[in-house]
Parts: sequence; structure tokens; C-alpha cells
Amino acid sequence: MNLRRTRAVARKEFLHILRDPRSLAMALALPILMILLFGYALTLDVDRIPSVVYDMDRSPGSRELISRFEASRYFQILGAATDYSAIEQKIDRDECVLGIVVPQDYSRDVLAGGTPQIQLLFDGSDSNTASIALAYASGIVQSFAAEMRDRAQNRVGSGVSRGPAEARLRIWYNSQLKSKNYIVPGLIALILMIIGALLTSLTLAREWEMGTMEQLLSTPLRPAEVALGKMSAYFALGVIDMLLTVIVGVGIFHVPQRGSYIFLVLAGGLFLTGALLWGILISALVRTQMVAYQLAMLTSFLPAFLLSGFVFAIENMPIPVQIVTHIFPTRYFVSVLKGIFLRGVGFEVLYLEVGLLAAYAMLIFLLATKRLRQKVA
Amino acid sequence: MWNRIREIMRKEFYQTLRDPRTRALLFGPPILQLILFGYAVNLDVENARTAWVDMDRTPESRELLAAFQGSRYFEITAALADGREIRNLMDQGKAQVVISVLPGFARDIRRGNAASIQILVDGTNSNTASILAGYANRIVSDYAAKAFADRQDSRLVAPATALKGPAPYVIPLLTAQSRVWFNPELKSRVYFVPGVIVNIIALVTIMLTAMSIVREKEIGTMEQLMVTPVRSFELILGKLLPFALVGIIEVALVVAAALLVFQMPIRGSIPLLFACAVLFLLSTLGVGLFISTISQTQQQAMMASFFFFMPAMLLSGFAFPIRNMPVPVQCLTYLNPLRYFMQIVRALFLKGAGFGPLWQEIAALALFGLAILGLSALRFHKKLD
Repeated sequence: MNLRRTRAVARKEFLHILRDPRSLAMALALPILMILLFGYALTLDVDRIPSVVYDMDRSPGSRELISRFEASRYFQILGAATDYSAIEQKIDRDECVLGIVVPQDYSRDVLAGGTPQIQLLFDGSDSNTASIALAYASGIVQSFAAEMRDRAQNRVGSGVSRGPAEARLRIWYNSQLKSKNYIVPGLIALILMIIGALLTSLTLAREWEMGTMEQLLSTPLRPAEVALGKMSAYFALGVIDMLLTVIVGVGIFHVPQRGSYIFLVLAGGLFLTGALLWGILISALVRTQMVAYQLAMLTSFLPAFLLSGFVFAIENMPIPVQIVTHIFPTRYFVSVLKGIFLRGVGFEVLYLEVGLLAAYAMLIFLLATKRLRQKVA
Repeated sequence: MWNRIREIMRKEFYQTLRDPRTRALLFGPPILQLILFGYAVNLDVENARTAWVDMDRTPESRELLAAFQGSRYFEITAALADGREIRNLMDQGKAQVVISVLPGFARDIRRGNAASIQILVDGTNSNTASILAGYANRIVSDYAAKAFADRQDSRLVAPATALKGPAPYVIPLLTAQSRVWFNPELKSRVYFVPGVIVNIIALVTIMLTAMSIVREKEIGTMEQLMVTPVRSFELILGKLLPFALVGIIEVALVVAAALLVFQMPIRGSIPLLFACAVLFLLSTLGVGLFISTISQTQQQAMMASFFFFMPAMLLSGFAFPIRNMPVPVQCLTYLNPLRYFMQIVRALFLKGAGFGPLWQEIAALALFGLAILGLSALRFHKKLD
């Protein structure tokens, strides 16, 4: 292992990157684009659920109930329907998610102290929006029911003025429940994976494809030197991307960063090293860029996007899939990122994840150099 | 002319299918992606790790515990006697929800004071948290309603019998009956799997088209093709048709896998689905062709494809509802062919819609497909000369 030779490979790779300004621009713009999308445009937070009302009762009582929905920021009453088929049509055409139906004898039931029942029709095709809408709508109906009960009770004069039990809710770590607060930290893992594994996997494959690998091999360079030299150029790119993401995320989109920046950079560097080595390993396994790309996509980007807990929570997956997620390092890095950003915890809590990231990088390094040596011989 | 196109197609087929590894990678990953996506992309919340802090230890608090245990959304994984451990459990992510019953809970209920239960939710994943908060609230208010009714019975029955008349039971009890259409169990898989089909087709066809054309440039065989009598539009057709065919086969494979592996209901017409898939392929092949005209190396082509695919997928309404986006971004999504195909595929699978309610989307898809492919072909043609 010779530092001078490694530096020479690194220099060559840096020149490759710098000489191709379009790729460089894309590699730097990608994190910005993603963070703009996730910070500004994409959210899983549900509000202003489009709803229509079919009020058969048309009484002050039914209007009061509907006004509760109007007052909530989670619902937006788009208009009144005059029959069921109008609601059906609106749901079919994707114009509304919720139909509120107040039956004809609603206010009579209320006055008689019966059990008035309203009907809520949901478009369940988007199950997430529907379940959140369902929870909010039941909440509104329940609190209105409690209020009605209390009012009636006061009239009867039984004295008690409040319901017997209520839930007091507190939310930790992301108290406003903004989805960008948990997605933007995870984005760092995704971007590092794209730069690390996807881009790097193509560099060695390109040398094979163009025939320049033989030239490299005829020099006194050793496999580990080629791997480290190539990596250092992409490592720099990855670190810049990570810093960009953190700066834009925290500076512009006000994602909370409660933990230590030093720990963040160290853990990021560790993960990036593993990702780069994985790219090198893929590159050593195949000889065309197309195959390298397909393999890298399947083993790095997709798991980072889907099996890491980045958007889709791991605990909700079926058990076999949960087991599979343990194979990919992104899972650990995403927990580290969320731990640092949202919970403000450090190494004392996240030591296991960080240890696994280090072990992973070590393992892939051994595999990659072994494989390169075999291929050279 | 047809001869020449056929020759190019033959060459392209040989090139892609000769190598067993490429062959496997052409059809294996889409199926794998479908399975991966289908199982992983899931926003349903079940069995949340819940810590139960009971500082009251009364029949009433145990009754509430039973209500939480009976729900499939919560799984009590820890029972604590006091609140000292909460911080640790939450920090390590061992508990997503902590339910604390404060001392005096049962006494308050019996006396008719407002008894409160503290629910602490880990908001890290805001989506899971809002669903859990909603369910927890519902369980507590159901419990409250029941406790209220019990108390009312015991209170009102006594004076009523004293008055020797029917109980003046004039307390209304409002309830909501909820019905969910199209996906009554609210399974997110039913919503996501059709969307996954769209993504896989887009990803595979865009990248393959772009990279295979750029490959010829990179290794210098493009010059060789250009000195042959093949004209540029023949070259385009010869290059694109095999990928169109591969795309159609992939649609068939992925749809079949969705039906078999995930037992997806398909309520609409399958021929209409394929017709729309062909229209959609016009767009993706067009984008692939366009990317090939702006890239010199396969690495550039891959990055450029990513640059198109990522925002197109994220802004298609696949996982993030378009309705929640800011209005300017919502307008932007009308330029996204993935958006239209996503709507069509979902409507076909879930709602069983036909051509009638979908004609606008289908028209938009056709329009975009022809425009993108036409413009890219023109640009490709110019670049060659």
C-alpha cells in the first residue's frame, strides 16, 4: 500500500469528475432538488380533506354539527350534495374523500334523547389519508356528542358538567407532527447512497468497458490502491452533498437538529465509506456499466429508499421483510440520523448502530479488495 | 427501409439478450422490485410498541388496559409502575406510545370528576404518530362513553323509580357510522401496489433506453452505425421498438405478479390497462431518447435519468398525495406523464373505472407521449447530422 500511488489514482479520478461539469453539477444539484421537493412539496400531513355534505335534516342542529367540520382545519367542505349518487360521483371522480350524511330525523332524535346517527362515507383507496380522516372525523363527532350530552345533562340538572375521562395528548420529538422533520434527515442516507454506491459502481465498470482497466493494471498499482484512490474522489463529493443537505434542511426548512454536528459528520463519513466500498465491490463483480447500474440500483438505492425506515416505517412491514432490512446498512444510518436530528441523542444511545456501520464497511472492504485481486490475477 | 429497421432491432435484441446476466437483470429486478415495494411500501400502523404506566392499579385502570390490549393497533410491550423509565424507553425507540394512568383515576371516575389519561406519542414519524394518536383518543373516548353511560344508569334509575314513572332519559347519544369504499380494510398495499407498477415500468424503460443509446456513443460504435445506410429515424425506431416490447412484457409480468403475489383485485378492464401502458411507454421511451441526446457517457445518462425519475415519481401522487402539495406544485404535476398513468392504473385496479371517467387522463397521456417522443426524435435526428 503506497500513499503516493493512491494519491495519483485519486488525482486522476478528481480530474475525471471535474472535467465532466455536467455530471458534477447534477451530483451537487441532486441533494438540493430532493430537499426542495421534500421540504416544500411533499408531505404526508393530511389537512383540508375535501368533503361534501348531504344534509337531509336541514335543521339548526344539523347545521351546528356541520359547522364543527367547517371549523376544523382538517376538513374543507366543498359543497352540499342533494342525494347519495352525487356523493358517489364526486368520490369516483376523485373530487372528495369524505361524504357526511345527516339523516332526516337527526334533530328529532337529538331532542328526544335518542341515538341519532350520522353517516360518514370515505374513499378508502388512499388508505393513509382515509385512516387519518377517519380518526379526525370521529374525534369531531365524539367531542360534539360529549358537548351535546353535557348540555342535555345540565338541562336535566344532574350536576356533573364534564365527561368522565379524557385523553391528554403529548407528542415528543416532532411535536407539530410535520412529515418533513422525519423525512429530511433520512434523505441524507438516500443521497449518500446515490453518490456512494450508484456513481462509484459505474467508475470501475467504465474502465473495464473502455479497456483502460488493463492499462491501470499494467502499472504498479495494487487493487487496494485503486479502490481507495477512486473512493477518495467520490468521498469528497459525498461529504459536500451531505453538508449541502444539512445546511439547506436546517437553514431553510427549519428541520430541528438537536444532536451533535461532529457525531453527525463522523457517522455520515462512516456510512459513506461503506456505501463507496459497496459501489467498488459491484464494480469489481461486473464488466459493463449497464449491469453495474442494475445491481447497484437493486442493492443500494432501492433498499435505501424502501427498507430503511426513510419514509415507510420498518415496524409496519411483514416480519420476513423486517429481517431483510437488517442486511442493508441504510437502516442503521437512518436510525442514527433520526436519533441525532429529532431526539438529540448521541453515541451513548446509538453505539450499536454505529458499530454495525463500521463492521459493515470493514467487511465490504475485505470483500472488495479480495475480489479485485482475484480479478487482476 | 423496413429491412434496415428489422436489422437494427435484431442487433439490439441480440445485444440485450445474448448476455445471460443482462437477460436476468432485465426481467428479474422488476419482479423483485414489485415484491420489495409491495411489502415495504406500507403506511398502515399496527401493533405499536406501547408502554403502560399504571399508577392507579384499580379495576377501572385495568379495564382501560384491556381496551388497549384488545385493539390491534397497540401492543403492550412494557408495563411500568412509575414514569422514571419513560425517557429512556422513548429515546431508544423501545416505546412508540406511553399511556399513563395517573393516581386517583378510578376515584375521579366514581366521583364524576374529569379523570385524565396521559398519552405520550413518539412523533418522529409524524404519519404513524397521527394515526396512533387518533386511535388512542378513540379508545379512551369509547371507554369514557361507556363509563358515562354506566354512571348515568346508576344515577337516573334511582330518582326515576322514586318518581314511579319512566326514566326521563333525555340524554342524546350521537354516534357516527363510518363506511369506507373501495378499500374497506384500509390496507395501504391495495393502494400502493398499482402505483408500484407505474414506477417500475418508468424506471426500467427510461434508464435502459438512455443507457443503451449512450453506450454506442461511449464505445464509439455510433460512428459505425452512422456510416451504414441506416437513416436516423430508422435507427430510432430500431432502437426503441425492442425496448417498447421489453416494456410491454414487463407490464404483463408485473401485473401478473401483482395479481398472484398480492392477490390484488382488478376491477377494471385489462385490455384498457395495456392500451394505456402503450401510451405511457411513448412518454418513457421519449424521455429515455431525450436523455441519450444530452449525455455523452453512461454515467451522465444514469444521473440524468435519476434527475427525471425521482421528481417525476415523487410528484406523481404515488406516496405523497398531490392534494397536499402547494398549489404551484400541484399545477406542475399536470406536466408529469406519471401522474396520469398513476391515476389510470389506480382507478382501473381499485375503482373499476372504464374509459368514460378516465378519458381526460388517457387523452393527456397520449398527447404527452406523442409530444415527448416526437420532440426527442427530432432532437436526436439533429444531433446525428
